[in-house]
Amino acid sequence: MNAPERIPQRVSPVSPELELPGAPLNVPLDEINHSKSYIGQSVARSGAKKLLEGRGSYVDDLRLPRLVHVVYLRSPHAHARIKNLNLQPALKCPGIVAAFDGHQIAKYCTPWVGVLGHLKGIRSAHQYAVAPERACWQGEAVAAVVAHTRRQAEDALEFVEIEWEVLPCVVDMQSSLEGAVVIHPELGDNRCFSRDLETQDFEQAFSNAEVVVEREYHFARHTGVTNEPRSILADYNPAEHTLCVYHSTQAPHMMQDIFSRHLSIPESNVRVICKDVGGSFGIKVHVYADEMATAAISVMLKRPVKFVADRIESFITDIHAREHKVKIKLACTRQGEILGFDLDDLTAIGPYSVYPRTSGIEGNQVVNLTGGPYKHQHYRAHLDVVFTNKNVTCQYRGVGHPIAVAVTECIVDEAARAIGMDPAEFRRRNLIADDAYPYTFPSGLKFEKLSHHQCLDKLLEIMDYKGLRAEQETLKGKGIYRGIGLAAMIEVTNPSPAFYGVGGARISAQDGATIRLDPGGMLQVMVSVTEQGQGTEAIFTQIAASAVGVDVNSVRVITGDTGVTPYGGGTWASRGAGIGGEAVLQAGKALRSNILDVASVVLKIDKSMLEIAQGFIIDKLSGQQHLALSELGRIAYFRPDTLPMNFQSELTVTRHYTPREYGFTFTNGIQASYVEVDPETGFVKLLKHWCVEDCGTVINPMLVDEQIRGGIVQGLGGVLFEECIYNADGQLLNGSMADYLVPMASEMPDIVVAHIKTPTLTSELGAKGAGEAGTAGAPGAVMNAINDALAPLGANINTQPCTPQRILQALGKVRQG
Amino acid sequence: MSNNVQEITLRVNSEELSAQVPVRMHLVDFLRETLDLNGPHLGCEHGVCGACQVHIDGVVVRGCLTLAVQANGKHVETIEGLTDKGVLRDLQNAFLKHNAFQCGFCSSGMLLTALEITTHHPDANREEIRDLISGNYCRCTGYQSIVDAIESVLKAERDSNDINGGKK
Repeated sequence: MNAPERIPQRVSPVSPELELPGAPLNVPLDEINHSKSYIGQSVARSGAKKLLEGRGSYVDDLRLPRLVHVVYLRSPHAHARIKNLNLQPALKCPGIVAAFDGHQIAKYCTPWVGVLGHLKGIRSAHQYAVAPERACWQGEAVAAVVAHTRRQAEDALEFVEIEWEVLPCVVDMQSSLEGAVVIHPELGDNRCFSRDLETQDFEQAFSNAEVVVEREYHFARHTGVTNEPRSILADYNPAEHTLCVYHSTQAPHMMQDIFSRHLSIPESNVRVICKDVGGSFGIKVHVYADEMATAAISVMLKRPVKFVADRIESFITDIHAREHKVKIKLACTRQGEILGFDLDDLTAIGPYSVYPRTSGIEGNQVVNLTGGPYKHQHYRAHLDVVFTNKNVTCQYRGVGHPIAVAVTECIVDEAARAIGMDPAEFRRRNLIADDAYPYTFPSGLKFEKLSHHQCLDKLLEIMDYKGLRAEQETLKGKGIYRGIGLAAMIEVTNPSPAFYGVGGARISAQDGATIRLDPGGMLQVMVSVTEQGQGTEAIFTQIAASAVGVDVNSVRVITGDTGVTPYGGGTWASRGAGIGGEAVLQAGKALRSNILDVASVVLKIDKSMLEIAQGFIIDKLSGQQHLALSELGRIAYFRPDTLPMNFQSELTVTRHYTPREYGFTFTNGIQASYVEVDPETGFVKLLKHWCVEDCGTVINPMLVDEQIRGGIVQGLGGVLFEECIYNADGQLLNGSMADYLVPMASEMPDIVVAHIKTPTLTSELGAKGAGEAGTAGAPGAVMNAINDALAPLGANINTQPCTPQRILQALGKVRQG
Repeated sequence: MSNNVQEITLRVNSEELSAQVPVRMHLVDFLRETLDLNGPHLGCEHGVCGACQVHIDGVVVRGCLTLAVQANGKHVETIEGLTDKGVLRDLQNAFLKHNAFQCGFCSSGMLLTALEITTHHPDANREEIRDLISGNYCRCTGYQSIVDAIESVLKAERDSNDINGGKK
C-alpha cells in the first residue's frame, strides 16, 4: 500500500532580482501586455545551436542499413522521343543494384496532373515519375540507376545506351501562345490557364482619362538555389507495408498524402520525417518526379534509397519562377488621382503545371494583386499561362507578388513622372486610407485592416526622403547619377482553405499543436508547421512558454514528423507564425488551465487564486510560490492515487487553428531603394535599402527583421543578377553557381527595417506573415531607383534582371541583342 | 572513371588515422562518407558556395575542390573538431545572439571564414567584412546579421586588447 502523498510545503516567492529578463507575467495571456511576455522579444533561437556546431541533421547526413543510392539519366534535349533505351550495359557495372525505365516505375507510381478546380479551365498533361516515352524539357528524368554508392551509380549512368528522336521545341512564350508547335497534342494548344477580369465601366473610365501611361515589362526566369539541394531518403518496409520518407520538404502531411495515393500505400502507413532543412523558399513544397521515383524504387527494391540532387540537377529540375511579359496601363487625372489599371500578363511555365499546387497560381496572383495598395475603382486584367519546353516553374518565395508589385509601382512612377509630381506625394494621394477598412479591392480581394499611410510616413522619415532628394540633386550636378525608388505592397499571408483546399487539393489549411507537460516540469510542443531555418520552432517556444508560464529553456519543440505532430499544412505562403502560432497559443492556454486544475486539487486552493509563472504554481495576488511544475508533474503522473477518485489530470492538450473569416490575412508595407548607376559601365551600386512592414503582432523582432532582410536580398538577386538563360533549343546555358549569379555579401547593402503593428483580429495572437514581404517589394523598389537615376539621361529600363548590359542598352551605348 | 586507391595517413580533428581512399575522392566526401563527419556540407560541389570548408593545417580550403589524397600527412579540422577545441566559441555565441544563420547549411563554412577574419583581419570594418565573407553563399539571412556578428566579435576583441594594454 502506498503512503499518503505529502503536500509539499509552500516555498517563499522568488526575490525580484532573481527574475529573469523577459520572464512571463503571472496573468492570463489574453490579459498580458505582450511586451512583458516572451512575445515581442528578440530571444535567441532555442534548439538552433547545433547548426552552428555542425551537428544538424540534413537528409544527406542520414545513413541507414542496406541504403542504396539512385541517380537519374536526364534528357539532354528540350523535347525528344525515346527511340531506344538499353539499361543492360549499366547493370554490368560495379556496385549496381538495379536500373529502371519509366514503364517499370509507372507500375509502382501512378502519374499526376497539376490542376485545381477553382482555377477555372486550367489544364495540364499527365506527368510520370520517370518519363516513359518522351522528355519535354532538358533535365527530365528518363531512367534510374541504383548502386551501393552514388559514385558507382554515376559511373554506370555513362553506360546507359539511349537513342533519341529530337522533336521541335517551343521555348519562347509568344511562340507558344501562337502554337506552331503544340507540346501536348491532346490539349490542342499550349494554353494552360487564362483569366479575364473587368470592372464595370472600365472602358469609359480609361477613354475619358486625362492621362494614360503604358509600359511593357519583362521578367526573366530565376530559381531558388537553396544551399542544401533537394534530398530524399525513402525507406519501405514490406513486412508492414509501411513507407518512411526522410524528406527535405516544407509540407510533410501533403507529401504523406501524395506518397500514399500515388504509391498505393494506406495514408497512415506513410510517415514523412523532415529533419533540418537547408533552405526551401517554396522550392521544396512541390512534387518532384525524381523524388516520387525514389520512393517508388524503395518500394520496388524493398530497401532504403537516397536521392540528393547535385547542383546542375538543381538548376535544371528545381522549379524555376517568374518569366512574365506584362503590358500595363495606368489612367489618372492631371492632379494625380489614379483611376484604374489595365493589365495583360503572359507567363510561361514549362511543359507541365506542377503538382499539386499548379503553375497557374503565380499568374493568378499577379491578376489578384496588381494595383493592390491603391484606391482606384477600375481594373481590367487578362492572363495567359502557356507551356514551353523549359524546366517547370511554380511557387517560389513571393509567388506573383514581385511581378505585381514591380509592374504596379513602376507604372505608378511613370505616371508621377508624366504629370510632374513627386512619386512619394503621388503615392500619398492614392494609397487606401488607413481608416477605410474593411475594404474590398476591385479584383475582389478583401482587406481586414492595412496601414499604408502609417508605413509611408514612417519610411519617408527613417530614410530622410527630403535629404536624399537634395543629395541626389547635388550629386547629379557632379555627374553622379543616383536614384530613389519606392514600392508599396500588399501581401497574401495566413491563407484560408480558399487558397488550395477549395480547388480540390489535399493541402491542409489548418494546423495543430500538441503540448505536453512532462513529469519534470518541461513542455514538449509538437506542431504541424515545419522549421526551415526561419525560426518557427523558436517562436513556438516563446508562445508556449508565455501561454503556460514557464521559462523558454523549459520548452522543447518537435516539428516535421507526420508520425508525431498533429495534422497540418506546413510552411508556405507566410503562414507558420499566424496559423501555427495561434494553434500553439490556444494549446498553451488550455494546458495552463488543466495544470491549474491539478494544482487546485493538490493544493486545495481555488483555481481562480492560482497562476503559473517561471515553472511554479504561484498565488495570483501575492506571487508566492506554492508548487513547482516538476512536483505537480510527479504527483499527476506517478502518484495520481493521491488525487481525488473522480479527478483525472489532462496534461497533454491539442488545439488547431484555421483562418476562415478572410480568404487571406493581407499585410502591407513599403520599401525604398537608393542606388547609384554608373552610365559608363551600366553597374548598379546598392547604397541602402529600407523596409517598413506591418505583420501585425511581432513575436520575435530579430527573427522577423531577418526574414525581411533575407527576403529583400532574394528580391535584389532577382532584380539585378538572377536569370536562367535558355537558348533557342531549350538548353539552359548557365546551370552552375559560377554562371548563375546570386547575391553575395559584398554587393548587398545594409537594410533598415521598421514596423507598424496592426494585429489581425481574426486570431488572438494577431500575427500576420512576414516571410515573403521582402522578396515581394524589393524588385520594384530597385527598378524604380534605377529608372530614377537614368531619368536625367533620358533612359528607362523595363527588363529584370537589370544587368549592366541591359542598362547600357537602355542608354543606347550598346546594341540591343 | 578511375578506381585507383591510395593509402593516406593524416590527422583529422587531432586523431591519427590511415585509410584507403580512391584517388578521385574529394576530401569532403571522405570526411562525410568515410568518417561520418557531417559538419561540412555539400552545397554546390564546384567551389562557389563554401559550405564544405574545412581547415588543412590551419588554412581554410574548399572540401569539394580538394582531393582526399591531398590531405595525406596533414591535419584536417572540421567544424566539429574546431568546436570541441573551443576556438569558435566567441563566434558561435555571436552568431546565435545576432541570429547570423537561419537554415544553418552555410554556417559550417561561414564560421571558418569568420575565424580567418578574427585571426588575420582584427581591424576589418563592415565593408571589409562583407568582402571577406563574399566567398560564402548564404541564401537565408541577407548577410547583414553575419556582418553584425563578426563585427561584434572583432569589437569585443579590440576592447579587450585595449584593456590589456594593446597586446594581441
